This record gives sequence, structure tokens and C-alpha cells, in this order.
Amino acid sequence: MNIVVCVKRVPATDSKVRVAANGVSIDPAGVEYVINPFDEFAVEEALKIKEAAGAGSVTVVTLGAADAGKILRDTLAMGADKAVLLRDGGVPHDSYSTAECLAAYIKTVPHDIVFVGKQAVDNDNNQLGPRLAALLGLPCVSEAAKLTLQDRVFTAEREIEGAREVVRCPLPALISTQKGLNQPRYANLKGIMAAKKKPLEEIDAAKIAPATKVVSLTLPPERPPGKILGEGAAAVGKLVDALRNEAKIL
Amino acid sequence: MSNIVIIADARGGKVKRPTLEAVGAGVDLAAKASGQVIIVVVGNDLAPANDELKASGAHRVVAIESPALANYSGDGYAKAIMEVLPGLSAAAILMPHSAMGKDLMPRLSALLKTGMVSDATALHFEGGKFGATKPVHAGKAYLKTIAEQKPFMATLRANNFEARLGKVAAEVQASKPSFGADALKAIVTEVVAAANDRVPLQEAKVVVAGGRGLKAPEHFHLVEDLANAFGPGKAAVGASRAVVDAGWRPHREQVGQTGKVVAPTLYIACGISGAIQHLAGMRTARYIVAINKDAEAPIFKVADYGIVGDVFEVLPALTAAIAAAVKH
Ligand SMILES: Cc1cc2nc3c(=O)[nH]c(=O)nc-3n(C[C@H](O)[C@H](O)[C@H](O)COP(=O)(O)OP(=O)(O)OC[C@H]3O[C@@H](n4cnc5c(N)ncnc54)[C@H](O)[C@@H]3O)c2cc1C
Ligand SMILES: Nc1ncnc2c1ncn2[C@@H]1O[C@H](COP(=O)(O)O)[C@@H](O)[C@H]1O
Repeated sequence: MNIVVCVKRVPATDSKVRVAANGVSIDPAGVEYVINPFDEFAVEEALKIKEAAGAGSVTVVTLGAADAGKILRDTLAMGADKAVLLRDGGVPHDSYSTAECLAAYIKTVPHDIVFVGKQAVDNDNNQLGPRLAALLGLPCVSEAAKLTLQDRVFTAEREIEGAREVVRCPLPALISTQKGLNQPRYANLKGIMAAKKKPLEEIDAAKIAPATKVVSLTLPPERPPGKILGEGAAAVGKLVDALRNEAKIL
Repeated sequence: MSNIVIIADARGGKVKRPTLEAVGAGVDLAAKASGQVIIVVVGNDLAPANDELKASGAHRVVAIESPALANYSGDGYAKAIMEVLPGLSAAAILMPHSAMGKDLMPRLSALLKTGMVSDATALHFEGGKFGATKPVHAGKAYLKTIAEQKPFMATLRANNFEARLGKVAAEVQASKPSFGADALKAIVTEVVAAANDRVPLQEAKVVVAGGRGLKAPEHFHLVEDLANAFGPGKAAVGASRAVVDAGWRPHREQVGQTGKVVAPTLYIACGISGAIQHLAGMRTARYIVAINKDAEAPIFKVADYGIVGDVFEVLPALTAAIAAAVKH
């Protein structure tokens, strides 16, 4: 079972976002970078499937700059077998070009399953899974919250508006992972030591230009400062008045 | 011709507001780009959906019908739409950022070798180029981009664009895909409806959310009762990650950076501290109400109306008052 997992380095979710002097990207000063939270579910699921199969390999890949090496090492410490850094050469990629670059690489390696996170919490694009599936010609389940694999067929569950969809999806396949799928493991000391000896390959990504151009990154207008109406149940009357007369909701 | 194509989300044959909002956005864009608005809808037994779409302000509805496409299928719907797109002169393609839109639009975009903006909150047409603005970093910033490739594509956040009705009924053009069920690889075998019939979180005009301040899962009925007080189909229930991780509430109710981003008219946070990841999911609500016993809780910094108090005392009183106000 050959499994490829795509992971991305993103600002930690509690980071304060400031706009860089160029006006189109965030100021990285003081920002802590981590593996995208949804990609941890992807790595965990890949490891679980490999362990259950008792054979195969898990390759973790990222498109980015050299500083993404750290999250790759972390996934090797979790148990992945091999990591690949596709060097982006400083190109500011969008979903179109990211998918094209990753697809160009994945086509060159065996892949029964490709895992991606449902969304990278930097630009919140939520595009890569279905895009990559289309480029690789794979069936795909996006935002899978439950997965079982039997006889090379996935049964997946995903949430839709007001319901759950159960999808049958044969391998080779692409899955994007939603929270709830599993509980990602922590790397232990043995894993961290082993990771140092595992292969981390660096190759230049395909040269593909993005399809969208960033005009500006701006901060949202501040909400007006909050207003406390009062204390306890006694303030309920004031709240209902405000909702009716100011907000005109009732 | 620079037509604006709207892909309808007509899951289960029903057209919901986000699709009508996308048509509304398309009508505005078409006026600037001097094109027509064409709706593409995929499914089976589409007559009721077509009736609704006809009156939504579009010029034309292309209805692709097949029993093989009764349930949503990512590869099937993409394939079917790719068969009709070449005849539509699409300069832009829009769809709601719904479960279907999130899955279908990136596939189409990849097949069309073009870019796409997901979860857009504003659309632009400047100097002959389409563009969009979308929240990034969970709403901590907004990114404006312009399209360098054609067609321009975007999924639209619910509750951000205006739906409006058309003056004339659009012409409906029926179409059939060239393929059958055997061409589909991933198949939806079952759709299990949620236990309650509340409005989906992201479509609700009112969201009542509860956090760890509720103390135990069996107290969450206080939050549900308040949601119910707004009347049937009006309010959805949300939750903080703390209570989802504790297993009190299902993940589908989580609001925030790693849950859902909601933009209702009214958001009521009950016993929620207002962590940055939670604020990310609700800070664009039109009005925010917070009920928390700690006057220093960060949620009060964003709340238009705050009540410092115990949820066990305030919620029943508020529920009764809202129920009474809604009746009048
Ligand atoms: C990677 C990552 C992603 C995350 N994503 C999300 C996300 O998507 N959504 C999210 O919500 N969080 C998210 N979090 C977690 C977030 O940081 C907070 O831990 C969480 O939001 C806290 O939930 P809470 O407000 O219910 O609990 P607490 O922070 O414990 O707050 C409980 C509040 O209830 C009040 N209270 C207690 N008793 C009462 C009472 N009787 N009456 C009234 N008030 C009372 C307290 O004063 C307190 O303010 C994320 C964290 C990380 C690291
Ligand atoms: N630069 C990248 N390198 C590797 N994987 C990526 C990259 N960008 C996005 N992904 C993957 O695609 C998923 C969805 O990302 P996005 O569509 O950008 O929200 C992420 O969770 C990752 O698994």
C-alpha cells in the first residue's frame, strides 16, 4: 500500500496576523509556524492504514520553501517513511498552481491513496483535494470524517447540510480529511531519533505560474467596542429591547 | 459574450437561499461585464427546482438530468457540467460555498486549468478583469485577488450576497449527459438525514452557541430551548471546540477556525470565553450577544450586547422573553 500525504506549513491558529510592508502578505515576524491542523489527521490516517495493511510506505510531501523542512521531520517522527520537499523557488502559489505542482510530482511515484487536509488554515482555500483528484484522475471524497477500508474500497462519511453522506470509493483514491476522523499521535522519543535517519528529499517543483494575482491583504474593520447591558436575568429586558429596536431582529 | 454561469446547488431537488444569492451576485456582475446569467443545474427530477430557478433573475437555465446523477457525485457532476460549458461562453462561474460547491468547483477549476477564489465575500469587475475578496486566516485578514486566467471562478459565502427575483421567467433548456452510472467511480450509497430538522448552521439567520460554561452536556437543552424560541427553521445551535472535544456536542456544531465559519444576523454566545480561534468563526455576525459570568471574558470585547451573568439564570429568562417577543 503506497500512500502519499500532502502537508503544509501554516501560522499557528493563535497567531496575530499583521500585514507585511508589501501589502500583499502577512508579516512573519513573531509568527509561530506549525503543520496545518487538518494535515495531522491525514498523516495519522495514512499511518493507521499502513499499519493495518502490515506493508507499504507513507511518503509526505510539501510544496514550499526550505523552512518547511521542520514539519516534514515532524511527520517522519510520527512514523512516515519518507519526506519530499518540492522547492517552490519563491513563487507565491495559488490553489491552481499548487495542485499542478503536486500532481506533477505525485504522477511520478506509486500511489494507491493520496491524503490531503480539507483546508489549509492560512488562506482557507479548501480546494486542493478535489483539484488534485481531477488532475490525477482519481475518485475523491472530500472532508471525510469517518473512513473504513476493506478489500481496496473505502467507505467514507462526510457531513453535508443537515445530513451525512456515505460514499463508496475504490482505490486508487484521494481523500481529504476533516476533524473527527482520528486522534493524531504524538511523536515519541524513539520516533524522533528514527526520523533523523529517514530520507528527506529536496527537488525543484515544476515551474507553474499562479492563475490569480494578489492585489491586497487587509485587516478587517474593528468591531465597535463591546457594550455590557447589565447583570443577570434583570438585563434580559434591555437585551430584548435592543434586539427589537436597534438590531430590528425580533 | 461574457456570460456569468451559476452552478446551482439543488441537492435533493431543492434550491436553497445560497444558490439564489449566487444568482443575485451573478446578475450584478453580468450588468457590469455586459453578459447574461445562465444557471446550470444537475440532478434528476428537476422540474420543481427549475420552477424556482426560472424566477431567480437568470436569463437561461440549463438543466442536466439523469437518474445516474440523482445523488451528488463529484466526478459525475463535474463531467456532466464540462459537457455543457463549452456552449455557454462563461467568463465567470459562481456557486455557493456549500458542501457541494466546495467539492465540485475545485474539480471544475482544475479541469478548466484556471484559478478560483473560495468562500468569497465580495466580487469585483475592474478594468475588464474579474476579482474577488475572501477572508483568510479565519477572517483575521481579507485577501483581494484578480483572475489572470479565464474563466474566473468563485464559491460564495452564504449571507453575503443578495438574492432577488427576476422580472421574467428564464427559458429552461433540458440536457442529458453522454454517460451513465457506470462511468462514476465514487458513489454516494446513502444520505442520512440529521436527527433534527434545524436549519444548517451556515444558513441560519440566528445561531445560539454554547461553551464550557454550560458545565455538562445535559445542560445544553438551555441553548437548544433558546434556539427553538426564535421559531421553527430560524435558529441553529453551535458549540465551542472545548465542548466538542469533550464529546458533549457533535463536531458539525463547532464554530471557529477548525469548525464552521458563520455569518448570521445574530450570534448568541453562552458560556463561551471568546478564544481567538472561536472569534474567527463568528466575528462577522451582524450582531453578537454574549452571556458570561466573567465580566473580563474576551467575548465581551466583540459583543454588541453583553450580559454578565450565570447562563443557568439568564438563558431561561431570555428564552421566555424571546418566545413572547416572537409571538407578537
Ligand atoms: C489548533 C486549534 C484550533 C482551535 N479551533 C477552535 C475552533 O474552531 N473553535 C473553538 O471554539 N475553539 C477552537 N480552539 C480552542 C480555543 O482555543 C478554546 O480553547 C475554546 O474555544 C474554549 O472553549 P470555551 O469558550 O467553551 O471554554 P472556556 O475557554 O473554558 O470558557 C468557558 C467560559 O464560560 C464562562 N462560564 C463558566 N461558567 C459559567 C456560567 N455558569 N455562566 C456563564 N458563563 C460561565 C467562563 O467565564 C468562561 O469564559 C482551537 C484551539 C487550537 C489550538
Ligand atoms: N503547498 C502545499 N504543499 C503540500 N500540500 C498542500 C499545500 N497547500 C495545500 N496543501 C494540501 O491541501 C490541503 C488543502 O489546502 P487548501 O486547498 O490550500 O486549503 C492542505 O490541508 C494540504 O494537505
